[in-house]
Formats: sequence, C-alpha cells, structure tokens
Amino acid sequence: MTTATKVKLAGNGTSNNSAKAHAPVWPTWSTLSPRALADLDAAYGWSLDADELKTVQAHFIGLKREPVRAEIETLAQTWSEHCSHKTFRSAVKYKEGRSTKRFKNLLKETIMEPTKKLKKKWCLSVFEDNAGIIAFDKKWALAYKVETHNHPCAVEPYGGAETGVGGVIRDILGAGLGAKPVMNTDVFCFCPPDYKGYLPEGILHPRRTMSSVVEGVRDYGNRMGIPTAAGAIWFDEAYKMNPLVFVGTIGIMPRSAVKKSIHPGDLIVAVGGKTGRDGLHGATFSSAAIDDTTSTSAVQVGHAIEEKRLLDALLKARDKNLYRGLTDCGAGGFSSAIGEMASLSGRKGGACVRLDAAALKTSDLSPWEIWVSESQERMVLAVPKKNLRALQGIFAGEGSEVSVLGEFTNTGCLEVSFGDETLVNLDLKFLHDGNPQRERNASFTPPPKNLPKKVKRSEDRSKITEILHWSLANLNTCSREWVIRQYDHEVQGGTVIKPLQGLHHDGPGDAPVLWPGIVTGEVENFKGFTVGHGLNPSYGKLDPYAMALIAVDEALGNLVCVGGDPTKAALLDNFCWGDVNDPEQLGGLVRAALGCKDAALGFQTPFISGKDSLHNVYTDAKGKKHSIPGTLLISAIAPVDDIRKAVTMDFKAPNNPVFLVGPTNEDFGGSLYEQWKGTPQGAAPQVNIKTAKKTLWTLSAAIRKGLVFSAHNLSEGGLAVAAAEMAIAGDVSIDIDLDDVTRSKNLLDNVSILFTESPSRFLVEVKAEKEKAFLKAMRGAPLCRIGQTIANPVLRVTGLDGTRLLEESLHDLKKSWQGTLPRMLEGESNDKGRNA
Amino acid sequence: MKKPKIMILRTAGTNCDVETATALKMADASPELVHITELAGKKKSVFDYAAIVIPGGFSYGDDVAAGKILANEIKAHVKDLRGFVRSGRPVIGICNGFQVLVKAGLLPQSIAGDQTATLTINDSNKFETRWVRLRVNLQSGSLFTQGLPEMIELPVAHGEGKFVVKSPKVLESLKKSRSILMQYVNEEGKFSGYPYNPNGSLFNIAAITNPDGNCLGMMPHPERYTSRYHHPNWTRQTFCKEGVGLEIFRNTVKYALN
Repeated sequence: MTTATKVKLAGNGTSNNSAKAHAPVWPTWSTLSPRALADLDAAYGWSLDADELKTVQAHFIGLKREPVRAEIETLAQTWSEHCSHKTFRSAVKYKEGRSTKRFKNLLKETIMEPTKKLKKKWCLSVFEDNAGIIAFDKKWALAYKVETHNHPCAVEPYGGAETGVGGVIRDILGAGLGAKPVMNTDVFCFCPPDYKGYLPEGILHPRRTMSSVVEGVRDYGNRMGIPTAAGAIWFDEAYKMNPLVFVGTIGIMPRSAVKKSIHPGDLIVAVGGKTGRDGLHGATFSSAAIDDTTSTSAVQVGHAIEEKRLLDALLKARDKNLYRGLTDCGAGGFSSAIGEMASLSGRKGGACVRLDAAALKTSDLSPWEIWVSESQERMVLAVPKKNLRALQGIFAGEGSEVSVLGEFTNTGCLEVSFGDETLVNLDLKFLHDGNPQRERNASFTPPPKNLPKKVKRSEDRSKITEILHWSLANLNTCSREWVIRQYDHEVQGGTVIKPLQGLHHDGPGDAPVLWPGIVTGEVENFKGFTVGHGLNPSYGKLDPYAMALIAVDEALGNLVCVGGDPTKAALLDNFCWGDVNDPEQLGGLVRAALGCKDAALGFQTPFISGKDSLHNVYTDAKGKKHSIPGTLLISAIAPVDDIRKAVTMDFKAPNNPVFLVGPTNEDFGGSLYEQWKGTPQGAAPQVNIKTAKKTLWTLSAAIRKGLVFSAHNLSEGGLAVAAAEMAIAGDVSIDIDLDDVTRSKNLLDNVSILFTESPSRFLVEVKAEKEKAFLKAMRGAPLCRIGQTIANPVLRVTGLDGTRLLEESLHDLKKSWQGTLPRMLEGESNDKGRNA
Repeated sequence: MKKPKIMILRTAGTNCDVETATALKMADASPELVHITELAGKKKSVFDYAAIVIPGGFSYGDDVAAGKILANEIKAHVKDLRGFVRSGRPVIGICNGFQVLVKAGLLPQSIAGDQTATLTINDSNKFETRWVRLRVNLQSGSLFTQGLPEMIELPVAHGEGKFVVKSPKVLESLKKSRSILMQYVNEEGKFSGYPYNPNGSLFNIAAITNPDGNCLGMMPHPERYTSRYHHPNWTRQTFCKEGVGLEIFRNTVKYALN
C-alpha cells in the first residue's frame, strides 16, 4: 500500500500534511525485524520489498550509523519500478512447456540484444539517455521517446494525461543537450465508453476517463505548440480499472548536441517551475497496484505555459553552449535527476546539493519533500561557473526560474544538505547498483498448435453486408476523427501528410509525414520522417509472441505506406503488463519480449528506447486481482527521403488497377470476424518474417520510386475493411473480384477471403500507365491484381462463383464508420461528422 | 534588394512564431522575434519595423480568455501600436493574434479605441483543427489579398474563433467600410453551416481589416500554407499551386518595400 490515506491511518507519518505536523518518530533501523521494516514501508509509502529493505538495513549497519528519512526516500525513488525497471532488468527463470531458459538480465538479452548485434551507424544514442536518438541527415538528429502514464490517469485522467505529455516533452528537452519537440504521439487503451456493466465505487466511468484523457493531451500539446499527429486507440473492457495512456514526443536537434557530459565543479542549476508538494511519491506509486484507497495526491499538476517558457529559454541556452549536461525532473524529482547526473560527473561521480536555494511554491515544505517532490516543468542543468550569468539572463528574459543548488563533484558520494542539516550522504555505487537482484519465475503455456483446419464460413450474402457495417462501426476500427480534430496536428507547419487523409480530410491515414524544414528554416531540404504504431492486445491474449511480431510488422507497414524508408527505421517498445509477481503473467511478458527480439533481428530493425509499466492490476473488494491483458505498443520512426514522394491511403481516380500485396492465409484468431461471430476461436496470425521483410522492403522501394498512387496497410477487418476505408476516403471506389485473390488452399469462401487478418498485407492503387513499371519493381514479392478503381460511389465485390456478392453505398458505409465515437461521447446523430 | 525588417511579437505561450518567421523569410523579409518585455522595457520600438505580425498560440495559456492578457499588456505598455496602425504600416494578427487585436480594441476599428467585438468559444464547444474554404472579398482593396483568387483554402485550429459583435451597428460599419476580408463558405462558394463555418462566426466572418485595410485579423493560419505540400490533398495531384498563405506574406513585404 503506498497511499497517503494509509499513511494517515497508520499515524506514523504525515507525508501530505504540513511540515509542522510532520514529526514522525523515526525508528532505529538497525534493530527492526523484517516485519517491522515492512510495516514501516507500508506506512511511509516507499514500495520497497523485503529483500530491498534488508539490503538497506545491512548497508547502514555496515556504515555503523542509522539512515535518515531523506536517504530512504532517495533509495526508494531510485530503486522504484518507474526509475529502474527492476523487473525487466532482473534475472528470470522462464519455463515454456518443458523447456527452461534462464536470463541474467531480461531486457539486455531480448530487446537490447538485436540493437547491439545490428550495429546500425545511424543509431546515435540507444537505451542510455532520456530518449533514443537516430541520425536524420548530416546535420540533424531525431530523438524519440514514448512514456506510459497509466497509474496517474486511472485516478485523475485529465491531470494525469497532461503531466504525461509534459513529462515526455521534457524527456526530449533533456535528451542529449536538448532537442526541439516537433511532434507528439498518443496511444490509449480504454474500456468502451458505452460500458454499462458494474463499476466499483470511486472508479470513473470509461466515457469520462476517455474524454478527460483526450482533453488533457489536447490542452497540454496544443498549448506547447507541438502537433499531436499520430496515435491509436484500443478498446477492451479489461481496461476499465486500468486505462493505458502512452504519450510520445519526437524532437529534432543538431547532431553536435547528441552527447552530454558533466565535469566536477559544474554548478547544479534547477530551471523552470518551482517546487511544491504536488506529486509526492509518484515514482513509488507506480510500483503499486491501484485499490479504492489510492490517493490522487500522488499525481502532479501540469502547467503548459511554464513548460513553454522553459522550452524557449532552454533551446536558446543550448545554442549558446551555456550548459554541458541536463536531465528532466520526472519521477523522484531532484533526487532522481541529480542522482542520475551525479554518476556522470568525473570518474567517480558525485554531487553536493544545498536545497536551501530551491525556489518553492509553498514555504512549509520539509527538506525531504523538496528533495523528492515531482512538481512539473523543472529540469536540472550542469553549468560551467563562467556561464551562469548568461544563463540567468536568458531565463529571466523568458520569465523562467533559475536556482543554483550546488555543484557536481568527484567524491563518489551524493551529499544533500538543508541549512546545517545533512539530509543525504549516500555512496553512488550503492544508490545505483546496490539494489538486490533476485531471480524471478516466469512460465508460459504454449497455445495448442492446432493446424489451421478447413473452416467453412457463412455464405449468406446479406450477412456479408452486415459484417462489413459491423466491422466498420466497431470501436477498434471506427473513425478517430472526434479525437484527432481536437489536437492541433498542424502547428509548426510541418505536417505534410496529415493523420486524416483523403478528399474530405477524414480518411484513416496509416501514418503522418513530418517535414522539419519549416522548423529548421531549411525549406529547400525536403527530407522528412514518419511515425507508425502497432498494437493489438487481442492477439496477445492468444499468444504474446505472435502479438509482438504483428505489432512490429504493423508499425513498419504503416511507415512503408506513406513513403518511409524501413531500412532505416528504429523501434520503441512499451510494455504494459499486469501482476508480474504472478509467474504466468511474467511468462507472457517474457514471450512478448522474445517476439520483439526475433522481429528486430528478422527485420534488422533495432530498438532504440523503451519503457514499461507493470502492476496494472486492480484488486477488488474480495481481494481478487484483475490484471490487464498484456499490452505491447510498438512505435516505429523512419526517415522519408523526399516528402514530395509521400503517398496517402485514399483512392485517387477511377480506372486504376488495384493490387493486394502480401500473402493471404487463414488467420482468424483474435480477428474482428470472430468477435462478430461471438464464439471466438483460432490461433493468432503468424508473421513469416522473411516473407514480410521481402514484401515491405520491395513495396517501399516501389513507393519511393513514385510508382504507387495510394497504399493502405491491412489490419483489423482485413481486405474488406481496408478497401472500404480507401474508398470512403477517396470518394472513388473499387470493384474487387475475390477469385483474383491469391490465397492459401484452406481459404474456402468469400467471407474468409474478405475478413481474414493475415499480417504484412497492403492494398495498393497504381496509375494505369505505371502498372508495368510497378510489376517490374515488385518482382519477388507476393501480389495479385484484385480489381480496379471505379467512379460509382459503391463498394463492389464479385464472389468466387462469379456473381455480385456485395454492392454497398459508400455513403452508408461511411456513416457506419463515422458514427460510433460521436454517438458514444456526445450522443450526436450520425450525420454530423462530415467535414469541409 | 533590401529586405524589410518585420517584427513577430511573442510572449509566454506564443507558439506559431517559428513557422511565421519561416513564412516571412520565404517571402523575402527579414523577420525578428521580439518578446513583449523588450517593447515594454523600451529596449525596442515598434517604429523600428516595417510591419508587425502577432502570431498564433496560447498567450499566457489563454487562462482568462483567448488573447486577453496580451491585449491588456499591449494597451498598457505598447501604446505605439495604435500609431503604428495609423501610420499605414501592415499589422497582421493570426488566430491568437487576431484575438489580441480584437481585445486590444484595434479591430474592428473604433474611434474611442474600445472593444466592439469578440472571438468567443466555438459552437462545437471544442478546439478543432480543419481546413476551411474561404471567399476573399475582392472589393476590399486590402493590401494583403492583392492578386488572390476569390476562393482559397487555409487551415484553422482554435477553440475560441466565433466572431460576434457588440451591436448590429458594428457589423453594418464593417460591411460598409468593406472591412470583412474573408468568409467561410462551402465547396460551391456558398455560406453553409458547420463544419464549413467551423466555429459559428457571425456572418461567416473569418478575417477583417480596419477600413484602411492595413491592419488584418484572421482566424485561419496563412503560415501553414506556404508550400503546395501543406495542402491536405496534394497527393491527389489536383492542387499544384504554391501555398496561398505565402501570397499574403509576399503582399505584406511588397507593400512594406514601397
């Protein structure tokens, strides 16, 4: 239990009351029993486990002194799941069926290993800084980070979402010597907003959670002037207690600003907002499960304009080389930020901090609270003494605070004082590497290997129309316009391929393309970049390994569709998992991590950064634990060599040939069709990485040669949904002959061909006069010509028997596709969603 | 040829300053970002510049009402701005900048200099980003729209863009002085409801000027359409012209040079 309420109940400390009331009886640690230590942990909200408490106790017994509170707070913050990813970095004994595999460090041996093996020269900074950094061109680099901010959004969705965005923006400001944020991304997992089932007391209705999170992301991103231009939303009732919020930021920086350094003697300078009591224990809170006693005081308060001032001042100071290193104050506040930077100072590292100088929001903070407060919009810089005056001048010009908190040293110690009082005197080695390692158990029961049977599906023609409308209106497929319009996705003037595409600017784009030329002022440089996502927890419920492969395949496929170069793509992973103390849950995570590894090696696409959020669990009144479905988000970023050759997904003109690229197989496990049927069965789709890579790479080359008029990645709902989306977006339709679809032998009927969800597939419109060149360019990749575009506003499909199977008006299909979110979130009539 | 020096006025929360500067550079001007404190502290004067742009964003977070605090600061500390407008030099307020000009009483122009209109919360009650079709008032004779076609497209992105006036007289005088520069229309060029009029503006008003035509306030963002690749349908290969937003800045520069 990490809650403030619990603290009060225990009467043992008053972390949320005023300093005057703060007079806990600090016990003599060396004599406490393990039980007493655990009670103390619960009362103070540290989320340290029994082993960690014992290690801390032994450390101070070895030093022949008792710890003071700020030292324990520092250790608790630094060793928290949020700051150290202790589960993902731990040793794991993994059982799968009858085989056992041991990992010394799960993260290093799965996600990070391919990056090391692939040795891509354009990876400039991986897994070491606040964000992954890749080369953009000779002069510029791109930094990308995706954060999870789930626990705060569960208890206070608006504030949680705002500070999530604020935090990841600061990660980019704090990457290398600081990058200018040029794009935000947002991915959410919610319970359906029309949920009508039971909700325990104190849990917000999913509709409220969703609209508040969207408002939070909108208000912070819009005020910062950063376009929120890519994302995804997934709906599943399993997220009703634990919504997931992934927020990402991409920044651009000169390549000379990629590396940071800190010299002993550099001043420790805090800039940006003042320090208050908001967000105490946010880091340790993230290690804990949520229950009905969870306090909202663990969530910080965001102030976008404060952060905008900070951004404006910081980038000016960077360009004048006024500081050498920096990091943002996120989880753990000063304690984590300064603790982290201290280890970079000189050979041994060290910092000497005097907290008296910190600018405070309120005067009644106790010193340890200043030290661990997670007040937002703050960063810490390492500033050579001679530059202080110039730095102060720049920040004053923007109305942003500067306070000197001490200096970096080479003593190997983190020393913190307030007035005459010593708050912390910790050995850096112990702080960063002292937490006890223990092997965790994980097990996974492999899914039954039922070879795809020959399944005959409904041949009822009226049903096909029904399934298509149902699929388009399904929450996981329907239009996201209600959300996207609220984001200023065009600020900075670089969004040359928009998230909403097509004739009426309302089609579901696979990915946006950003052109940083407007921001850098290099308007003759037409190089850009694109960002894509892959996420589908439905597949994960069947097999987390398959989910990982599909997520990577989908994210890369989305980049390919708009003209991204997959050979220079980089990946980010975000794992959101449930109760990883349960070996079965941890087993699923290991399996997904193995999927990531195989996908990265197979596609030769390195991971550059990642973040995990574990313990997304709700404990009900009876004490039963409910974990979320294991959820993996893959975000991919790739350069677009020439934005003038980018492609959108809307059909452009009638009488053009349309090709289905990629292999079509019996892949119904976790599919929309199975959900419609109501009795889901089948195995998760398997990505054949070799075929997938050949398909993606070949198609990408054809697109970048300018041979493709429109391209769309097939995902949920398969061919039928993708074709409908392209037609809806373009106001140009398609006439498909299903017998022309090259398919595996076990695909027997019309429904199967229309709705199978085989990965690595694309629907591509080619200009009639370029068909020959396209076919030549695509040699070696699986493809078939399945029809042509038509001017009639109807989606037309000819069945295997040669007769008309479907002829449905685009207007009606669009209505189904657009109506869902406005109806659920505003109760609006369906016709109102049309755009200019 | 000499490049005219154009001020981009910024403050905490201004966020369209960089792309506006790029647009001005593309139009062959020499833009300079000037913080309001530099004007208030008399370090710089508006008369050092050939034209002024107040760009979009959320000045001070729009915490009171959009543009209100910056408008008050201008009224208190940049009293020269009124004289600058009277001198005939170009002033453009875009989005938040338009809100500032309205709340500072500069637009619609009134003799006493008091506020006679406002830009209030969209009818949809939401911040919205979308491309709109606009009809340019070719009779206005404003310097900014010289040579522009009657029908243009530009993006809007705002939560408070609904133009309303204090009294019907204000609208009458705007009409009479040909100060309504742009109106929201549909594909056929006709007035239409939401979403063609994205915010519910009175008389579909998207942009107005002072009667002399040198002070412009507009909700759409011309700095976001300076290249053909900004248009949402450029991949359909039917829109091949350069961005119409750039023309507005070019006209500003051309005028400033004369």
